Amino acid sequence: MAANVSLATPPPLDAERVRRDFPILDTLVNGHPLVYLDSAASSQRPLAVLRAVEDYETHSHANVHRGVHALSQAATAAYEGARERVRRFINARSTREIIFVRGTTEAINLIAQAYGRPRLRAGDEILISALEHHANIVPWQMVCEQTGCTLRVAPINRRGELQLEEFLGLLGPRTRLVAVAHVSNALGTVLPVKRIIEAAHAHGAVVLIDGAQAVPHTRVDVRALGADFYAFSGHKLYGPTGIGVLYGREELLAAMPPWQGGGDMILTVSFEKTTYNELPWKFEAGTPNMSGAVGLAAAMDYLESLGVEAVAAHEQRLLQLATAELARLPAIEIIGTAAHKASVLSFTMKGVHPHDLGTILDAEGIAVRTGHHCAMPVMTFFGLPATARASFGCYNTEHDVASLVQGLGKAREVFG
Amino acid sequence: MDLKDLYRDVILDHNRHPRNFGRIEPADSRAEGHNPLCGDRLSVFVRLEGERVADIRFEGKGCAISTASASLMTEAVKGKDRTAIRELFDKMHALLTRPDTAPDGALGKLAALSGVREFPARVKCASLCWHTLNAALEHGAATISTE
Repeated sequence: MAANVSLATPPPLDAERVRRDFPILDTLVNGHPLVYLDSAASSQRPLAVLRAVEDYETHSHANVHRGVHALSQAATAAYEGARERVRRFINARSTREIIFVRGTTEAINLIAQAYGRPRLRAGDEILISALEHHANIVPWQMVCEQTGCTLRVAPINRRGELQLEEFLGLLGPRTRLVAVAHVSNALGTVLPVKRIIEAAHAHGAVVLIDGAQAVPHTRVDVRALGADFYAFSGHKLYGPTGIGVLYGREELLAAMPPWQGGGDMILTVSFEKTTYNELPWKFEAGTPNMSGAVGLAAAMDYLESLGVEAVAAHEQRLLQLATAELARLPAIEIIGTAAHKASVLSFTMKGVHPHDLGTILDAEGIAVRTGHHCAMPVMTFFGLPATARASFGCYNTEHDVASLVQGLGKAREVFG
Repeated sequence: MDLKDLYRDVILDHNRHPRNFGRIEPADSRAEGHNPLCGDRLSVFVRLEGERVADIRFEGKGCAISTASASLMTEAVKGKDRTAIRELFDKMHALLTRPDTAPDGALGKLAALSGVREFPARVKCASLCWHTLNAALEHGAATISTE
C-alpha cells in the first residue's frame, strides 16, 4: 500500500539539494549570484554528467566499431551502452530505432532529406503548426523546394494553443507527413501529440514530433504516443551539446536510404557497389560523438534519479508561481496562456523592449532569453518583435522567481 | 558594469521621445536596417540638397539603445554633408567598439552612447542606424543587416 502511495505522488523535489549538483550555479554574474532562467535554450549540466564525460575521456576513449584493441572495445561498449540507455529512457522497442545525431535540428533534417525528399511529390502535403521552431519549419520548406510538395500550417489561437479543429481539417488524403512540437519553445504550450498522431495515422500520414522542449519536462514513451519519429537534444536535458537523438520506427528507418555517406555507415565498399550498414549505424556516417552520448546517458540516469515526474511537478509549481507573480505586475503581459504549459514563461513589459529587459536583468545576475526564440512566425502572430522568456529546470527555486520579480521592478525603475 | 552608464538620461529621453521620427515621402534616398538577433527594424529617409543631408527621418521598432541612437543620429547629421557624416560615422564606430577611446568632442550628445561598449551584446543596437544611414547614402536604397 505504501508502494502505491509513493507511485501516485512522487516525493517533492529538494531543489536546494539539486542545486549542489550543478557547480555552475555558484557563479557570480555581475556581482550577483547567478539566477539561471534559460534552461529552454540550454540547461546546465550536473556533476554526474561532467564526471561521466571526463571518465570516458580519461579511461575509455578510442574510435568505436573499429579496433580489436581494448580501448576501442571500451569506447564501443560505452557508446552502445548509451544507446541502450536512451532506448530505455523513451521506451523504444529496439536500439536499432535510436540514431545519435548532433541535436534536434539534425534529426529533423535527416527525416526531411532521407524520408521526405525521396517520397514526396508535387501535390503531397506536409502539415506543421504555427507554433514551430525554425528547425521544424525550414527543413520542410527545403523539401518543398526540392520536390514540389506543399507546406500547410495549422493555426493557433490568442492563448497560443493549437486550434485542433483547424488542424484536423487540414489533414487529408494529400497529407503525407505531419511535424509538430511536443512543447512550444517560445510559449511553453503543450500540444496534444497523442491525439495529433492518432488523427494523422487515420489519414495514413507519418508523424515526426519535435520533442526538444518536452523530454526534460515530461515522461516520453514513444510507443505509448505512437510516434513514427521523435527528435530531441541532449543539451536541453542536462546533457552535453552536440548530441541528440532521432527515434524512428524500425520499419520506416529500414526503408529509408542513408542520409550521409562515409565510414561506419557501410558494410562493404568497392568502386562497383557499396552495401550499407544495418540500423542504426546506417544513419551514423563518420566517427560519432562518443563522449556526448556517454554524457547524455549520464544525464538520463541523473534525471531519473530525481524522478522525471518529481521534476515536472516542481517546475509546474514554479511556473504557476511565476505566472501569478508576473500577472500582478501592471506593465507585464504574459504571451502564451495555454491551459496546458510546461516550463516556459514568455512575457513583455510595456515601454521596455525585451532586449533592454534582458540587459537590466543580466546586470542583476538573472539570465533570461530575449528575442524571437527562433520562432519568428509566433512573434509575428502576436505582433511582437520579441519577448523575454524565463524557463525553469530542476535546479530553479522560488527564490529565483522572487529574483525575477525584483529584477523586473528594477527595469521599471530604470525606465521610469 | 553600471546600468546608469548604458541608460543615461539623454538615452532614456530620446527613447521616450524620438526626434525626427517618421517618414519623408518622397525621399531622395532610403534604406532599411534589420538586426535579426533582437528583431529590431528601422528605416532611414533622407532628403538631399547636393551633397548635404537637408532632412532626415527614421521610423521603426527597436530597443531603447537602437531608438535613442537613431534619434541622436538624425539630430547630429541633419544639415551636414557626406564627408562630415562619414567622419562622424568613423568616430561613432570608434566610440562603440574601442574601449580606450575618449569620446571625440565633435560627437556632442552622441557621446552619451559611450556606455554601450561595456555591453558587447548591445553594440549592434547602437550601430544599426548608422549602417542604415550609410547604406542610404552610399547605395540609395538597400536592406542592411547586422548579421
